[in-house]
Amino acid sequence: MLSIQYFASIREALDRNEEELALPGDVKSVQALIDYLVKVNPNFEAVLKGSSKVLVAVNQTVVDRNHLLAQNDEVAFFPPMTGG
Amino acid sequence: MISIQKQDFSLGDEYAAIRARAGDAGAIITFTGLVREMYGADSTAGAVQSLTLEHYPGMTEKCLKDIQQQAEDRWPLLASRIIHRVGELHSHEQIVLVATASPHRQAAFESAEFIMDYLKSKAPFWKKQKSENESNWIESRDTDKAALDRWQKP
Repeated sequence: MLSIQYFASIREALDRNEEELALPGDVKSVQALIDYLVKVNPNFEAVLKGSSKVLVAVNQTVVDRNHLLAQNDEVAFFPPMTGG
Repeated sequence: MISIQKQDFSLGDEYAAIRARAGDAGAIITFTGLVREMYGADSTAGAVQSLTLEHYPGMTEKCLKDIQQQAEDRWPLLASRIIHRVGELHSHEQIVLVATASPHRQAAFESAEFIMDYLKSKAPFWKKQKSENESNWIESRDTDKAALDRWQKP
């Protein structure tokens, strides 16, 4: 199972903290996962494909949209960091 | 050493601890970040009453260790320390501590600044501010990105 976590403004906008997903066979990349999530949850489109920047981490490292996914990956969506 | 914690920290205790660990250090830099009353001069939302810091448990520790390692690879550090608080914080409270110890001051100054610049843009922390009239997530700033870029090696 793929685990997906959402943080900060993205967590609030989607009203979702985390979920588990059996990775569909045709979902190979981060971009394909975003497309899949938007297809299943149309209300995600404005958040994940809107004008605000969304970062994606796979297994706790920030990756680009072409990154390939594997079963059991830990995926996270969040806005640019504002620590310190 | 790295800590992510809700509770406050004592700068005096942390200074004593890094001084004891650093052996023959010639310089120790400590930087403390505080919650400001106002976030930015253009704020019209009234005084900030509190900040809530969210983070990504697991990735936060990994990122901070990585930043610390990069600093150790780049400067001759004898010891370093990072503390970042999470949860709800109020005006004037301490948010973050970075301390570095080195034989010479330049390495201690530079590495502390490097750690802070990286931490602000690369570690998964997010600030939400609550003021009298509203509550909103703080957006990342281009100046933080610029601060990071200057550390890129040619």
